[in-house]
Amino acid sequence: MPTIKSIDDLKRLREEAQKVKELRDQTGKTQIVIGMGTVGIAAGARDTLKAILTFIEEQHLPDVILRQTGNIGVGGQDPVVQVILPGAETVTYGKVTPNMAVKIMQEHVVKGNIVQDFRIEA
Amino acid sequence: MRELSLHLLDIAENSISAGASRIVISVREDLVADELWLEVVDNGKGMSPEMVANVLDPFVTTRTTRRVGLGIPLLKQAAEACVGFLTVESELGKGTKLTAKFQHSHIDRMPLGNLEDTIITLLLGTPAVNWVFKYQFNDQSFEFDDTEFKEALGDLPLSDFRVIEFLSNTISDGITNTKIITTEEGVLYANH
Repeated sequence: MPTIKSIDDLKRLREEAQKVKELRDQTGKTQIVIGMGTVGIAAGARDTLKAILTFIEEQHLPDVILRQTGNIGVGGQDPVVQVILPGAETVTYGKVTPNMAVKIMQEHVVKGNIVQDFRIEA
Repeated sequence: MRELSLHLLDIAENSISAGASRIVISVREDLVADELWLEVVDNGKGMSPEMVANVLDPFVTTRTTRRVGLGIPLLKQAAEACVGFLTVESELGKGTKLTAKFQHSHIDRMPLGNLEDTIITLLLGTPAVNWVFKYQFNDQSFEFDDTEFKEALGDLPLSDFRVIEFLSNTISDGITNTKIITTEEGVLYANH
């Protein structure tokens, strides 16, 4: 469907999506969690979140859940992003700029390779 | 924080933590009176007078009052630095209203920044809340209420990028079209 311009377009999109939804497997989703507490926001978490959203859309990644949470509790490392691949342990990244977020998405979320340089102990 | 829109994002998170089902965020720019007003009103669990005093004081806030941290004192300081103030009115079981006022033209006043990104971030983060955003520029105003959009979408999540883009455009166009100054020569679009 082209760009959405009205409420009616939203309704049509809903009908479209319901058809697709029935076909898609609901298990095995990758979770991405971003800390949006005061410090996270001040450190630029909103822009990091936007970069991740844009990447998910551009790459058409349907099996990714992006979740916002409060302070993740890793002092001085905001913005903090966590990636949880299905069946894998949580990997925590610190001081994630929008550019770093794109790299994490490309390497870790898409290819499954943890970006060790950005990784922090959580 | 570099933008007031980021403060609004942070303050609204407190309303979410307070269990609010409806959160109204208002921004009012009054160039005639040279005032900028920010307001976040929620119907959450509210606070006792003691707790209201605590959230305003960064040195008294403790871990037991976990739902608020430095966010409110930071905004209070920013407002007071711009010949303004910040107030919190709250009632247990009713909700909370936070108001911040700035001198619009003050040199230290942060720009409003990207308001649509703040609203979209809140909408995506906590879709269960009814989000209302009001923007007023002099005597013109714009209001965004997510109810009609959510009704149209039904159980479809808001996170479809085309939906995000549409909502974001709706808000940014609303702001742009409200931010106009009518003069004898015609209509001007005002900048920050």
